[in-house]
Amino acid sequence: MSDTTVTNEKKEPIMALQGVSKYFGGVHALEEVDFEVYPNEIVALVGDNGAGKSTLIKILAGVHQPNRGKILFRGEPVEIPSPRAAQALGIETVYQELALIETRDVPANFFLGREPTRGTSGIFVDRKKMVEDTVRTLKDLGIVLPSLRTLVRYLSGGQRQALAIGRVMPWGGKVIIMDEPTAALGVREARKVLDLVLQLKEKGCSVVVISHNMRHVFNIADRIVVLRGGKKAGDRMKSETTPDEIVKLIVGAEML
Amino acid sequence: MEPDKPFSPEEDPARFQKEGALTRFARNQLATLALILLAMVVVLSLSTRTFLTATNIFNVLRAFSWIAIASFGQSIVIISGGIDLSAGSNMAFSGIITAMLLVEGVNVPLSIGAGLGITLLIGFANGLMISKTKLPPFIATLGMMSIVRGFCYGMTQGWPVRGLPRSFIALGQTDLSFFIWRVPVPAIIMVCFAVLVYILLDKTKLGYHTYAVGGNEYAASLAGIFTGKVKNIAFTLSGFLAGVGGILMTARLGVAAPTAASGYELDIIAAAVIGGISLTGGEGNVWGALIGAAIMQILRNALVLLGFPAYWQPAAIGAVIIGAVMIDMYRKKSI
Ligand SMILES: Nc1ncnc2c1ncn2[C@@H]1O[C@H](COP(=O)(O)OP(=O)(O)OP(=O)(O)O)[C@@H](O)[C@H]1O
Ligand SMILES: [Mg+2]
Repeated sequence: MSDTTVTNEKKEPIMALQGVSKYFGGVHALEEVDFEVYPNEIVALVGDNGAGKSTLIKILAGVHQPNRGKILFRGEPVEIPSPRAAQALGIETVYQELALIETRDVPANFFLGREPTRGTSGIFVDRKKMVEDTVRTLKDLGIVLPSLRTLVRYLSGGQRQALAIGRVMPWGGKVIIMDEPTAALGVREARKVLDLVLQLKEKGCSVVVISHNMRHVFNIADRIVVLRGGKKAGDRMKSETTPDEIVKLIVGAEML
Repeated sequence: MEPDKPFSPEEDPARFQKEGALTRFARNQLATLALILLAMVVVLSLSTRTFLTATNIFNVLRAFSWIAIASFGQSIVIISGGIDLSAGSNMAFSGIITAMLLVEGVNVPLSIGAGLGITLLIGFANGLMISKTKLPPFIATLGMMSIVRGFCYGMTQGWPVRGLPRSFIALGQTDLSFFIWRVPVPAIIMVCFAVLVYILLDKTKLGYHTYAVGGNEYAASLAGIFTGKVKNIAFTLSGFLAGVGGILMTARLGVAAPTAASGYELDIIAAAVIGGISLTGGEGNVWGALIGAAIMQILRNALVLLGFPAYWQPAAIGAVIIGAVMIDMYRKKSI
């Protein structure tokens, strides 16, 4: 880690967890996990249900604080005490639970927590800008919603997922985290999301993607990290592994 | 996002256009409520000779302005996902504090300021209990309701505070002239607060966050919203606005009784709920609470004018609450 010369072989991670553990009461969600995100790469995070994937990304996103271990950002130890702190570092997150407000319309969800304001007072919301920016981003991403005024309550599962993904795009995050972004999507829409992930990489972002779909993982990932029972069970470059090996790592050798 | 298309956009731009006026109207709980209110006014005007007299209208306006102002604060709390049962006690308490100071010879603005300041602090204490110790709002404000009522009795030894100066009573009993109309001061104050709360909820960042916290607290916190702060502000405003209502009530009645506004918390909550503010949070607006309060007061007035003994009022109000919420739920399902 002290070697800062950037070569193709060994770049310095933009973000890293070192020996991170997270407990929920008696549940050991994560134990002594090391995890790195390198600049401009797509990392897939895989593992069975309850393996600790969401817990891990929520530590990166400032939602959970680790009980033990360190977080490094661009080589510096940091604390990420809140989602806002993560956003300030350039970490954008699409949560598995989507984190939308069902009783609010599309622009209000699009800008949730980061509503643009008029003038310099920071008090009055610039609704016009919200609507315009929402329309533009959704259009750019090819996301079709019935009407901007629709409450999220009336959107379909796939539309909600598209909205949850679309809204993190305009903020220029350097690390984009997506927890099962294709879970509710049809084949065509899932393909679009995978394309979007590849474009984010082209633009220089790093993307952490959680998925249970091996095809998707092998389509887009540069590196695959496997969690099993809260521990890291494997960390492979895609070019050096096979879906079979990854599946074995996920379920554990003893089951085969 | 750069404008060069990441995907071939195949959406129809027309889809982004605004929906038709009719859909918006049907979706609008307010429109329905306004119609109900209008229907009540028409029926009463035709069936009684007294309803449409200026005196009666003004009495209705005066009587519901206290409840309405308190229910604006309640609306903020309910929209943020909480409930404030201490509102009725706060109304009585702000009146008592103000009245006690006035009787001691303190000037009017200072006395009112103290009454409002106290209920603002009580609201803040509610907010702290709920955001810091994670007490459910129902429990925290139920306790506060009783504590504050206890102070009302304790500080007055159970006696009403009388002998308030004319300059104070004028606040509740004066009418201002608008062209041919004379409008009671409390009604004007009510409209001012309605506009302020509307702006707060609909136009400000804090308002957006209030809806977000009530709609889905966890999602709001994941989006970086400081949910505790939002709740704190909501309860503080509810305390303050209940205080305003209490002062207008005291000025109108000319006496601050420790039993005043007993049970009003339910009317205040009912006004919000009739007005389409969902108790599950995240929905509704202040105009709903205003119309809800008006509907309740006109209903009370109607029962009196139509010759029903006052004893039957609670039953009628209860039926209206249930009916209004059922209509609202039906609408949400059907659209
Ligand atoms: N907030 C919480 N409180 C208590 N336990 C939790 C909490 N969050 C996660 N856990 C537990 O931690 C473990 C890991 O959960 P996590 O959500 O990280 O799994 P996951 O790998 O994302 O699973 P899935 O594929 O089902 O999404 C589980 O046993 C879960 O029950
Ligand atoms: Mg998960």
